[in-house]
Amino acid sequence: MDNLTFKHRHLLGLADLSREEIELVLSTAVPMKQIFTRSVKKVPVLRGKTVVNLFYEASTRTRTSFEIAAKRLSADVISISSSTSSISKGESLIDTAKTLEAMNSDVIVIRHNASGAPQFLSQHASCQIVNGGDGIHEHPTQALLDLFTMKEMKGGIDGLKVAIVGDILHSRVSRSNIIGIHRLGGEVRLVGPPTLIPKDIDKMGCKIYYNLEEGLDGVDVIYCLRIQLERQAKKLFPSLEEYVRLYSINDKRVKLAKRDVLVMHPGPMNRGVELSTSVAYSDQSTITNQVTNGIAIRMAVFFLLLGGGRSVQEITD
Amino acid sequence: MSRKLLIKNGIVICPSQKIMDKLDILIDGSIIQKIQKDITDHEAQILDASGKYVCPGLIDMHTNLKEPGREDIGTIKSGSESAASGGFTSIACMPNTNPVIDDLMGIEYILSRTRSVGLVNIFPIGAVTKGNQGKELTNISSMVEAGAVALTDVNKSIMDSSLMRSALEYVKMFNIPIISHCEDSNLSEDGCINESRVSTILGFKGIPSIAEELMVSRDIILSRFTQSRIHFAHITTRSSVEMIRISKKDNIPITCGTTPHHFSLSEEDILKSPYDTNLKIQPPLRSQDDLSAIKEGLQDGTIDTIATDHDPWLDNEKDIEFINAPFGIVSFETAIPLIFENLVTTKYLSIQDVIEKISLNPSKILNLHRGILKNGFVADITIIDPELEINITKDFFHSICKNSPFIGRKLKGFAVYTIVNGQIIYDRYKDLFCIQQNN
Repeated sequence: MDNLTFKHRHLLGLADLSREEIELVLSTAVPMKQIFTRSVKKVPVLRGKTVVNLFYEASTRTRTSFEIAAKRLSADVISISSSTSSISKGESLIDTAKTLEAMNSDVIVIRHNASGAPQFLSQHASCQIVNGGDGIHEHPTQALLDLFTMKEMKGGIDGLKVAIVGDILHSRVSRSNIIGIHRLGGEVRLVGPPTLIPKDIDKMGCKIYYNLEEGLDGVDVIYCLRIQLERQAKKLFPSLEEYVRLYSINDKRVKLAKRDVLVMHPGPMNRGVELSTSVAYSDQSTITNQVTNGIAIRMAVFFLLLGGGRSVQEITD
Repeated sequence: MSRKLLIKNGIVICPSQKIMDKLDILIDGSIIQKIQKDITDHEAQILDASGKYVCPGLIDMHTNLKEPGREDIGTIKSGSESAASGGFTSIACMPNTNPVIDDLMGIEYILSRTRSVGLVNIFPIGAVTKGNQGKELTNISSMVEAGAVALTDVNKSIMDSSLMRSALEYVKMFNIPIISHCEDSNLSEDGCINESRVSTILGFKGIPSIAEELMVSRDIILSRFTQSRIHFAHITTRSSVEMIRISKKDNIPITCGTTPHHFSLSEEDILKSPYDTNLKIQPPLRSQDDLSAIKEGLQDGTIDTIATDHDPWLDNEKDIEFINAPFGIVSFETAIPLIFENLVTTKYLSIQDVIEKISLNPSKILNLHRGILKNGFVADITIIDPELEINITKDFFHSICKNSPFIGRKLKGFAVYTIVNGQIIYDRYKDLFCIQQNN
């Protein structure tokens, strides 16, 4: 498997990746993570490369994570957010991308509220594109870091039962995770109120549970999704109190799953809503591991896209 | 003395008289003088139509001309050229322009611009409510007197059922239909493609089939209650077809149409080229099963008309993020070949059925007194070469805008001559338009 090269120019979604390619990203992230424990947390592999973070939606964690990842590989990084750039002057996505391309950027990491915006960009710009989350479509690096975390804690994904709980309808994280977990041989249950489960998602091979207790029974991983409070305004559920009563993960509910269950959350969380504070800070919670692993995964993605086919040992030995 | 035109050796098709025969047609001025075998006339210009279908001029009852307001993307001149090259001799234009065609002035504007620059016959359709806002009725009688042939709020349903009832009752005195878009806007809000597995995979808010079906059912009930005519502009789902099929048996005065794209494409095509905004259409492309239901509905007569819903947009308006792109495609010029490819060669419809749905029935619904080839009738004629094949490129289109999902395809069966009021206004062999001379 070490000889496998990453043949994609872009990382647009997990839908484009085979099992072997996903495993290549995960295995590349292992030596990347080892760099974190060194006193000098930086390797010179992407010196002279330019990474642009183009964020059309607010983000702290993902943007910072991409920034740190690129810097640890010695790339130059620029972050642009929509409120402080020509985007706010009404420049179209295509023109912004052309401008960044003319400045010889190598990679654009894009986060956009429109599903398909990274695909659109990849068809119109000559730089390489990394999807940093598009609309309600995909968030591939989040899913890759989640898979990495599950694999790190559980040894592998094959045969794992994962319950994804909450607002599946508006979640790009869930769509990427469903694809990734399935490709690696895991089982996905989707748990939430019927109004937050998108139509025909069972055709993606998932089991649907409206009842949390049944959904959590015997699972290896509980993956909580962020509830966006404005959804309530769209009449999709009556109140936050109702949501918490039916779907919030508390200590008692964690016990329904396997004893060694992992509790995951992509952040940012609403404390006391998706999960209780005590669960969030319990030993089973991987929330901070996910953040750390996110950097390793994004380093692996940059390395595979920009590293010119070099082996990862070459840089980490 | 007036000009004469003799169309020889073509296969004349007239569904109203159930004619499909090798006949000649002699036109004197703007009127059909004679239809019979082997006419000779030494004064007439001869047009050889051997191997071609000679049909009543095609009538498109659903066109977005964009004038007034967006003359940069479509004008009465450019729209009528695009229509003429697609084989249409008459088009009815939608009132959702800027300003909305919701008063006498608007109707007069369209008609006077048509007299100056129009190539084909243009019949204006007025708004049902002022500004298409769904709040207050327009001054209907003055619009009808000026020449409005129907009323519609185009891409919006009138959500207020009481207002829709009033509109239906009021228009009964004019014997014109209300054209219903049939979409519950609360259910379709923010949606961009059909709600299904495809919207879930691609991450789009969907437009559920029930958004259409609820409005179809409401409007059927309102039509039954008021006994006033409703034409459903473009139905797209199996349940809509079924409800209309049953209601027609009960003699409720409803008719309905579809568009070439809704029987040629399905949401599976969106999955094949995701985020191609030329597949963003309202109402959305539906499932394969819905597409089959549309073809069955055309076949058994449940669906009365085929209309283009021609809707031009510039590349820079379409070439953006899918959710932000406007709905609609240009479709005058690909309508005939798509009908041949998806309905005629597949034996859903005969060529007579096709002409009925794209000429005779629109004429009946809008009271246009056209769609018939008969002595004394206006000589609006479309001559179609069913064997002509063309590779569709951007340059193929006469429309200002080229937003078509069929670019890159090879299509077969095109209008070669379009004759309006006895005059050849489009000749495909010369790719030439001629302005009508007023006789």
